[in-house]
This record gives sequence, C-alpha cells and structure tokens, in this order.
Amino acid sequence: MNRRSLLPLLLANTGLIFAQSQDSEVHVLPAQGNIYMIVGAGGNITVQAGKDGVLVVDTGLASMSDKALAAIKTISSGPIRYIVNTHYHADHTGGNEKIRLAGSTIVGANVTGDIKDAGEGAAILSHINVINRMSAPTGAQAPSPAAGWPTSTFLSDQKKLYFNGEGIDILHQPAAHTDGDSIVFFRRSDVISTGDIFTTTNYPIIDLAAGGSIQGTIDALQKIVDLIVPVYGQEGGTLVIPGHGRLCDFGDVLNFREMTIIIRDRIQSMIKKGMTLEQVKAARPTQDYDPLYGSATGFWTTDKFVEAVYKSLKSDK
Amino acid sequence: MQRVLRTASPAAWLFPVLLTLSHTAADAQVNLAGVWNNLQILHEDEPERLPGPELGDYLGVPINPAARYRADAWDASLITLPEYQCRVHPSDYVPSFAGLRIWEEFDKDTQQLIAIHTHHFAWGTERTIWMDGRPHPPEYALHTSQGFSTGKWEGDALAVTTTHLKEGWIRRNGLPRSDRAVVTEHFIRHGENLTIMTVIRDPAYLTEPFIRTRDYIYEVGGQIAPFPCESVEEIVRPKGVIPHHLPGTNTFLDEFPAKHGIPPQAARGGADTMYPEYQDKIRETAPAAKAAAK
Repeated sequence: MNRRSLLPLLLANTGLIFAQSQDSEVHVLPAQGNIYMIVGAGGNITVQAGKDGVLVVDTGLASMSDKALAAIKTISSGPIRYIVNTHYHADHTGGNEKIRLAGSTIVGANVTGDIKDAGEGAAILSHINVINRMSAPTGAQAPSPAAGWPTSTFLSDQKKLYFNGEGIDILHQPAAHTDGDSIVFFRRSDVISTGDIFTTTNYPIIDLAAGGSIQGTIDALQKIVDLIVPVYGQEGGTLVIPGHGRLCDFGDVLNFREMTIIIRDRIQSMIKKGMTLEQVKAARPTQDYDPLYGSATGFWTTDKFVEAVYKSLKSDK
Repeated sequence: MQRVLRTASPAAWLFPVLLTLSHTAADAQVNLAGVWNNLQILHEDEPERLPGPELGDYLGVPINPAARYRADAWDASLITLPEYQCRVHPSDYVPSFAGLRIWEEFDKDTQQLIAIHTHHFAWGTERTIWMDGRPHPPEYALHTSQGFSTGKWEGDALAVTTTHLKEGWIRRNGLPRSDRAVVTEHFIRHGENLTIMTVIRDPAYLTEPFIRTRDYIYEVGGQIAPFPCESVEEIVRPKGVIPHHLPGTNTFLDEFPAKHGIPPQAARGGADTMYPEYQDKIRETAPAAKAAAK
C-alpha cells in the first residue's frame, strides 16, 4: 500500500475529505476480539461482528460501498444493525446509504404496524453536528443525500450501546477534526476507532470551516491516550483503528500526539514573536516531520496544515 | 575398532553415516541457541551501551536534515513522562544491551525449523524470527517495537529482514528512526562469540544505510533476569505537555563538539561523516575548535 499516494478528491459538497484507495481494492484485517478493520474504501471502516449482528463505524466512499459491503459480508453474514459515523466527511459517510439499506433495525412494541418502514435499514448513529453538516434547512439543497443521514443522534458528550456482548462508548470530541467527531471505544474487544482525529498518513486535518481546531485535536488525542491501556511499555493492549492508515496501538498515538503538540508549540512561539503566516510557513516549523506526514500536493498539503494551525491559534486569542 | 568395522553389517555402519548426512542437509547452519552476554566487552561502543550518547553527537550517522532538526528539538526530559518511561528499545537498537537468550522452535514431526526466538534482558523484549518462509504482513498491519522478522541462512550466518517497526531511534539522543525503515541483520557465530550486524535503511531519515555491529560471548549456564518496569509520576505536569526544545534554543548541542575538540559541523553528522576521508576535514579544523573550546 503506497501511503503517499493520497488521491485528492474534490467533492464540492462534502468539505475536507480524502481517499486512501491505493490499489482500489478493499482489504480486511482482524484487529482483536470482535473487531475488524477494512482498508481501501476511503476512510478506514471498523466492523464489530457477533451474535447480535454487525455494527460498522464509518462507511467509506460512496463509490467504494459495494466493495465495502462485500468485505463486511466476508466477516459476518449477520444483519447489519448499526452504523456509527465518526464525522460527516464523505470518505467516512459516503457508503451510509448502501450499507444502511443492506441492514435492518429491530423494531417492535407500539411501533409495530404503525410505521411500516421502521425496521428497514440499519440505524445510523452520530453526534448531532454530523447530521447538521450533512443536511440543510427545509428548502435548501442538502450537501449529502437524505438516505445516508444519521437516523439517531446524540447531543451530549457520550452515547452508550451494548451490542455483541460488549459495551460501546461513543465519545464526542468537540472542535477537533470537525465539531462533530466521535471516537468509538469497544470496551471488551479493547479497540478504539478514532475517525480522522488520528491518522498515520498525514498531518492532522483540521477542518476549521466545520468547527475543527488544533487544541481540540490535541485534546481528543489526549482522550485517546487516556483510554488506552498498553500491555507493557507502549505496546499491545488497546488497539487503535485510525481514520486513515494502518492498525495502531499506544505508541503510535503517542508519536502522533507528540508531533502535533511540538508543531503547535513552535507555531505558537512564532505567533508570539509577531510572525505572519507567510513568515511561519517560510520558517518550516514542520520540517522534521515532513518525511512522515508532509505533502506538497493533494488536498491537505503541509502548507494547509501550517495555515490551519496558525489560524486556529490566532482565533483562540 | 577395525575389527568392529569388519564384522558390522552394512546397516550398522550406514546408519551413523546417514545420520550425519541428514543432519548436515537439514541444518546447514550454526546453532545460535543459548544465552549470550556482553558484560565482558562493554567497552565496545560503551556510551551507546550504558550511559547513552552525548547530546548533539550525530557524528558518523547518515542522517538527513529532517532527522537533524528533530534531534535538535529532542529533550531528554521527554522520558520523565509516565507514558514514555517503559518504552522498550526497538529490535534494531536493543542489541546494545546486555543479555540475550536465543532459542529455536522446531516442528515436532518434521524437525523443520519454524522460528528463532530472542529475549533481551533490556525491557524483556521478545522477538520471533520466522524461518518457515511466510510472507511479511501487509503495510496496514500493526507495527511493533520488534517488527516482523523473517530469516534465512546465508552459509553459516543467519540473515534477518525486519519490517513493520514502530518508530524508534538510531541513538538515544533524539536521532529518530521512522516506522518505514527496513532492517537487515546478520547473526554470525565465531565459536563462543556472536556478532550481530545491523543495517538500517530508513527512507524518511537516512540518506544511506546505517550499519553497526554488537558482539556477545556465549555464557554457559547463563540466565536472563526479569526486567520489570512501572511508570511513575516523576514531575507533576499538566496533561498534554511534551518537553522539547524550540528551534534554535537547544544550548546543549554545543557541548559535545566543544568537549572533544570536534568541529561543530562534524558533530552534525551526515553521510560524509561516516567515511575515513572525512578525517582530513577534521584535521584541518580541529585545532581551531579546540582553541575555541579553551
């Protein structure tokens, strides 16, 4: 898998997204416990499978949804009951419609017979800010098709589920990658799905227009660090499925957090010295991490990252 | 003895011959199993093996500017953070430390070598070197401090290729080694001595392969002690603080060249500082550097 060949996708109505479809093939990697990682469909897809059915975290690009669905079926033939969206970008929600329709929701009690289509399709869960950014006020053109919108949203900082024999925490992280990010913690399998708060392929993507911020990103990374319990040192124990890139654990998140904080500190220091954005860019505060995360081309260049950090820090004043 | 040979049946004398031949055919290799130690030879690369290299000593390491910039920012106080205290040495660095057990894993029925395992005293790191020809995992699989290793015999030397390494370090003074590095090693036994030669190729931070060797001596009846590690709060800090030096503020970098009379530009490392001809440059400028240090 070529980690540098991120394909810039300009989907006008979906904000900041990117694809990692290096070979246009979708691959399944068992993580641990009930959890699997699907790579190659856009953003990484996390699948929890068990006796109750299937829960999916993010659904990849719409154009890859057939392959993503086929990959899910190789993991389990059980019914897809839930989709959880970590944020609204189309490389993580594009497959919502197709994958939702392949599933079903358990309904009954006083709903039975009253709402005929209540059981059709899996439930799509997210923070309310996700649907706010996917939908539009009545009469306006929505950025994404209604069939893929979340069907159940939460307003607070946490939603809990119990599915396939384990507790699942959906934890909202305000103002990180966007204003609607959630990380999903599978407590028994001991796996965290982070969405784009954490990736291994690029600098943190801070969608300022969608309420993201550098400090919120750092806070969210800290939250992930706090949840992880390694076996020994920085390894094993809790595994982490990033929004893009490879399967990770504690040490990988620490390295990414370290990089993010150091660059934040450098740019903050430059701002205190009165340096302009152009001066900060010229000083190349990311130069030691550029071989790992930098890019001169594509939708999320190093310059754009520096600019986002600069503007985010300036707006905090 | 002659008499015995004369009277023995063909089966009786053929058996040991076949046994010898089959042994040779199956194991065209050296037995590395046992406990190896380097306590008697710690003077080799002693700073690397015990106290750690001096800050700002990048001499002889083929680093690129990004690695240099990153090492300049490194603050040793980083390892006071609880989450960094028990971080284990990666497999390409841990041979610097004492005590190594090697053991082999054979298939019970075929007696084919499946894997060679190592356990280092330092941080108790264990590693499997697969000898059964299995492929390396896809890039999107987990990376670890010890990486994923496969081995083969090249004559009497064990040649090992390691991928899927977690980000580590070339030296313990902040010189980074990325998670994209591919490491090749040769385990070479000379009687009671073992040399492990490590070659690091890192497209992110090295411009040329970096090579180092570590020697061990076989220890009859050797044991490896446990290496427990429990992190503690050494310094009370708010969450999210990472000790580091802002660009241009690390005053420790000057100490190494000043102390040893080495031209500062040599201490900055790079591929040319690996080669003997670089000594000519040092000779031209060292007196001036020593004078400046005084």
